[in-house]
Amino acid sequence: MGHHNPDSPSHLKHYFHDVNQQYETSKFAMWAFILTEVLTFAGLFVAYIVYRSWYPDMFVDAHKLLDVNKGLMNTIVLITSSLTMALAIWAIQKNNKKLSVVMLVATFIFALVFLGIKYLEYTHKFEVGQLPGEFYSYMGPDAAHLNNPHIFFSIYFIMTGLHGLHVAIGMGLIAWLIYSTQKGNLTSEYYTPMEMIGIFWHLVDLIWIYLFPLFYLIG
Amino acid sequence: MSENTKQNYLNHPKGIMSWLLTLDHKRIGLMYLFSGILFFFLGGLLALVMRFELAAPGNDIISNEVYNNAYTLHGAIMIFLFIIPAIPGALGNILLPLMVGAKDVAFPRLNLASFYIYSFGALFAMYTIINGGVDTGWTFYTPYSTQSTSNVVPMTLGIFIIGFSSILTGLNFIATVHKMRIPGLTWYKLPLFVWALYGTSLVQITATPVLAITMVLLMLERFLGIGIFDPALGGDPVLYQHFFWFYSHPAVYIMILPAFGIISEIIPVHSRKKIWGYKFIAYSTLSIAFIGFLVWGHHMFTSGQSVFSQIVFSFITYFVGIPTGVKIFSWILTMYKGQVSFTPPMFYALAFLFLFTIGGLTGIFLGAVALDIHLHDTYFVVAHFHYVMQGGTIVAFLGGLHHWWPKSFGVMYNQTIANIAALGVFIGFNGTFFPQFLLGLRGMPRRYATYDEQFVELHSYSTFWSGILGISIFIAVMNLFWSFIKKNKVDPGSNPWGGMTLEWTHTSSPPHPHNFEEEPVLQHGPYDYDKVIVEKTYKK
Repeated sequence: MGHHNPDSPSHLKHYFHDVNQQYETSKFAMWAFILTEVLTFAGLFVAYIVYRSWYPDMFVDAHKLLDVNKGLMNTIVLITSSLTMALAIWAIQKNNKKLSVVMLVATFIFALVFLGIKYLEYTHKFEVGQLPGEFYSYMGPDAAHLNNPHIFFSIYFIMTGLHGLHVAIGMGLIAWLIYSTQKGNLTSEYYTPMEMIGIFWHLVDLIWIYLFPLFYLIG
Repeated sequence: MSENTKQNYLNHPKGIMSWLLTLDHKRIGLMYLFSGILFFFLGGLLALVMRFELAAPGNDIISNEVYNNAYTLHGAIMIFLFIIPAIPGALGNILLPLMVGAKDVAFPRLNLASFYIYSFGALFAMYTIINGGVDTGWTFYTPYSTQSTSNVVPMTLGIFIIGFSSILTGLNFIATVHKMRIPGLTWYKLPLFVWALYGTSLVQITATPVLAITMVLLMLERFLGIGIFDPALGGDPVLYQHFFWFYSHPAVYIMILPAFGIISEIIPVHSRKKIWGYKFIAYSTLSIAFIGFLVWGHHMFTSGQSVFSQIVFSFITYFVGIPTGVKIFSWILTMYKGQVSFTPPMFYALAFLFLFTIGGLTGIFLGAVALDIHLHDTYFVVAHFHYVMQGGTIVAFLGGLHHWWPKSFGVMYNQTIANIAALGVFIGFNGTFFPQFLLGLRGMPRRYATYDEQFVELHSYSTFWSGILGISIFIAVMNLFWSFIKKNKVDPGSNPWGGMTLEWTHTSSPPHPHNFEEEPVLQHGPYDYDKVIVEKTYKK
């Protein structure tokens, strides 16, 4: 940690000693932010645990109303997008701007596909009335015996909805990364924003990896 | 000190935009300070309205409905708009970077964003007032909060938004403490106020997200009837209480830990003695932050908890007393054989020791299940948390303001008036709230605009002294502001209390726009009064 900094690059803020301190600070804060995200979802996971333990049979039966294939497809899409995100960072580390942009665009498209599939799932549920709380109106024979199935769908919509919101925010951030990288603002010298957004994107992926089995694969 | 000591963060740069768009942590701190004091007076006014209503039984001044609004808004404003944001936001912002020798916090732009998010949330709270208030109590318990026709949504939305401000400030402070310290300023050389802010920030970033999601669920329950908190739809209203207190009990420590930090600064400086048990105080801060997460159930002893949960929560609650006791003993031992000077900050610190100890000990009463079932929702609880929140936090906050006032603004207030006001606060506070312990023990329930004849005497005492308390706080704050008008300037190089931390030894009063003219080099620990002599310097 020297005070002397021979080449003070433009991205170095004046209140940091050196590039390294600035980078370490960003990374540290990003992980702290991830902690707050985990705790936000933790509240909902607790609600899930409470109601699944109250209504174990209903949860098992209600989950059969979800489309496992679409859920599985989304899982594959999102895991792949995590890979392309990591490759984008790897490419910028090698100063391969073109590959990095390609990978970011791929990540963006995968995110879009994820939301598209989610949209199909949601519209189907709206049509048949598999909805939260008071709005639940599904009358299918496979759900006639269920005890409070709207609770399952309340939790399903809140958790996947909040996750979907994170995907949408992530898309905005990735779009900005595509722009910055294309413009040449991010290089192997300085790619902190890409790494930080990458961490965020992996978290979004990770949350889905918990949501998928908890909703689609019970019983 | 060099030729440009006339340039400080208050006069450079100039212009309204240089304030509104400032990235300087000191200016942002001031904006928090003034908005905080504004809300403090607003909340205080509501408290006085309630006290005057309670001077005699019956509805003399306001109706039951207005009274319900008054206590809800009093609680919500004091907690969410004043205490939680104001101490970290104001004193924390002004002091933290100075204390660690940094030019600013780790993320200055985020810091400004925090302030505006806080202001935006406050707008919703103000809208609530204009639009007719909210009557659920600051806890927004379901099922009433899902049925009340008052402004539950604007208020909870405001709290949800302010929560983000709290989280971002916490993140910023944690990153600042970890990464922005000057070389040589190791963890055990940090001023204890920094440790306190660190503990506070940890709780802010870990507990506040749960509040945010709880507020979202409450709003969804109102808008969509999701049924999670509604027994008619198979949900559980008690789950709301669990979620709420999982945040709001740790939030108690968001409110009190910074106060502990202030006291840990005031006592050694004004006793000119090395702090006793530095590491004990530092680690007790972290243990309080940790234990605070495990005790939320003690708010719910009468909510239909299992006996087993009651015993566990009660048992863990007692543990909070250990690190808290460690702090109290450390402060007392610091004063022992020190050169105690009875300055205004020290008066407040001494008042804190008395009042907080009473608040803490009555907390142990309430942590005991058998006693709590009798005292739950009575004035005993009201008195207990006011002894902690006002007698503890706000008294410490006033002490901190008096301690760092000459540093922050380069002016000195009238110390005699400050001492008299401090005495008025101490006596007025005890006069107001001690009778409430007795009222609670005799069965006076909280949140009622009227009461039985038998409580008249104690209630009228409480009301009388609340007037004295209100006037004293008003005089104390006005005395501070009067120092601007009187322009009783201190020398830019002055160190009126003989403080040893970097904000006293290495920068001018008020500080330089970039905090230090050159990066400070640490020469001694924060409380090395046994090794180094620091002169008290006041005027030229």
